[in-house]
Amino acid sequence: MSQTVIESPAIETHGGTLRLPADAPLRLESGATLAPLEIAYKTYGRLNADRSNAVLVCHALTGDQHAASVHPITGKPGWWNRVIGPGLPLDPDRYFIICTNVIGGCMGSTGPSSIDPATGKPYGLTFPVITIADMVRAQAMLLDALGIETLFAAVGGSMGGMQVLQWAADYPHRLRSAVCIAAAARHSAQNIAFHEVGRQAIMADPDWRGGAYEAHGVRPEKGLAVARMAAHITYLSEAALQRKFGRELQRDGLSWGFDAPDFQVESYLRHQGASFVDRFDANSYLYITRALDYFDLAASHGGVLANAFRSARDVRFCVLSFSSDWLYSTGESRDIVRALNAAGCRASFVEIETDKGHDAIFLDEPVLHSALRGFFESQALRGGLA
Amino acid sequence: MNRLREDFKEILRLVRPNTRVLDVGCGEGELLELLTQEKGVDGQGLEISPSGVAACLAKGIAAVQGDGDRDLDHFPTQAFDYAILSKTLQQMREPRHVLIEMMRIADRALVSVPNFGHWRMRWALLTQGRMPETKALPDPWWSTPNIHLCTLRDFTTLCDELGLRIEACAAVSPDQPARSIDPSRPIENWRAETALFLLTRERPRAPLAERPARGDLFD
Repeated sequence: MSQTVIESPAIETHGGTLRLPADAPLRLESGATLAPLEIAYKTYGRLNADRSNAVLVCHALTGDQHAASVHPITGKPGWWNRVIGPGLPLDPDRYFIICTNVIGGCMGSTGPSSIDPATGKPYGLTFPVITIADMVRAQAMLLDALGIETLFAAVGGSMGGMQVLQWAADYPHRLRSAVCIAAAARHSAQNIAFHEVGRQAIMADPDWRGGAYEAHGVRPEKGLAVARMAAHITYLSEAALQRKFGRELQRDGLSWGFDAPDFQVESYLRHQGASFVDRFDANSYLYITRALDYFDLAASHGGVLANAFRSARDVRFCVLSFSSDWLYSTGESRDIVRALNAAGCRASFVEIETDKGHDAIFLDEPVLHSALRGFFESQALRGGLA
Repeated sequence: MNRLREDFKEILRLVRPNTRVLDVGCGEGELLELLTQEKGVDGQGLEISPSGVAACLAKGIAAVQGDGDRDLDHFPTQAFDYAILSKTLQQMREPRHVLIEMMRIADRALVSVPNFGHWRMRWALLTQGRMPETKALPDPWWSTPNIHLCTLRDFTTLCDELGLRIEACAAVSPDQPARSIDPSRPIENWRAETALFLLTRERPRAPLAERPARGDLFD
């Protein structure tokens, strides 16, 4: 099997930041409002004449708008450059691909590190609590500004998949197809528990300063790194960890101490934590994990998940899960599919056999890519896209 | 075009254009692909094997990975014009339930059933006294996926019991053109290798009394 070409430096990208004035606030699920609002986004490809080829790509918890372009801080290629690119399932030659930084994020969209116009200081913990539905409403405002009424598709994995489900629930008539990968219709107790560990790690860092760390010129890097390390374990399967690291040591023999990492897996996690703090904001981590924990699509539709999709019968769904994903397991995806079927929606679903765990969303998974390609091809045919 | 399975040809003939079709046990989506191309149907597949579903998706066919025995319950009533079950009814844990669900989900069902009353079966059983192995049912008893075999008469009796009307019936075999038959004629229970039925609901469904699954020895 040939390896997918990973280098894709030549994708033309546009985008920037949409600034909405104070009199066009984002009304939040909590009842609060957010204004002025900024939404940072990237686009790949060109919107066609009848505005029918727009694809919204929704990012995961720690992702951002740089889905297929070089990340400005890390210098790494886009997080979904195996899916977006010439000859790939989402080809910019055919689709106008939009990826926004979610609100609450820290890559240019309004979030807890943004300046609160009322005080002239960063919001910190005075930033209102946001939800997945709020993120989606902000994306809809961006589409309004871009003059896009209907999306050819909304696509996302993990938290991105939850946004896709929310899109189907809240804006079914602005959506022709929806792809939800390795997600869930609600956060489980275990999901919430892991997030709470991460939040407590951040808040236990003395440099967190009640969320006002920027004013003190410090950052709770240790806490944020620990949060990332704990979360990162949930992204990998046990088999993948074992295959990658086993009990391999960092150097000859044990150190008989705690300073240096003895095992390669420790070193790997420390590296994951350390590099994460360079590109992510601790308060954003608190707010976005909260949004995920609050997510329960059935609860907001009378306790019946199928009710969330009753108006989405014209939307074609594709739900994908990974066999070794224990963060959002196949059972969660199956619940979504059953609700879609019960609501009379057309859905495809497959559990992809892999040992790569939740992270498989971003990795070289030929079955994932061929499934996405097939789904988009059939939808393009249906939607009359050349 | 590749040589078509004879039962596919017959299904293709029976399905009306531009209808909604659910294929239960759709495999790699060959039949749905055919129906989509030739009849413009709006198809959906249900398939238990992940590789089968992945193949469907790669072909652009909507398919759900799931189990016909369990997952039909989650489809809404009359969501399809046709529910198709080609050659897998005898592999279901509860064929009767599957049939009931198919007729709830769809207005019409296309079901093909290998006939255990075929003369070759009877002959093999009579002369060798062992479970027959034939072209239609090639596996030995200990590895066969066909756990609920029936004869043509068994099947028509079940249809009767469930209040299903047999709109059409054809005897199909791998290498001969389909032959329209009257499944109630005893001779067909001897000579039809596999029968394909087009079923509709004859009367509003009466409450279905479940037969006791076990313990019926002393009832």
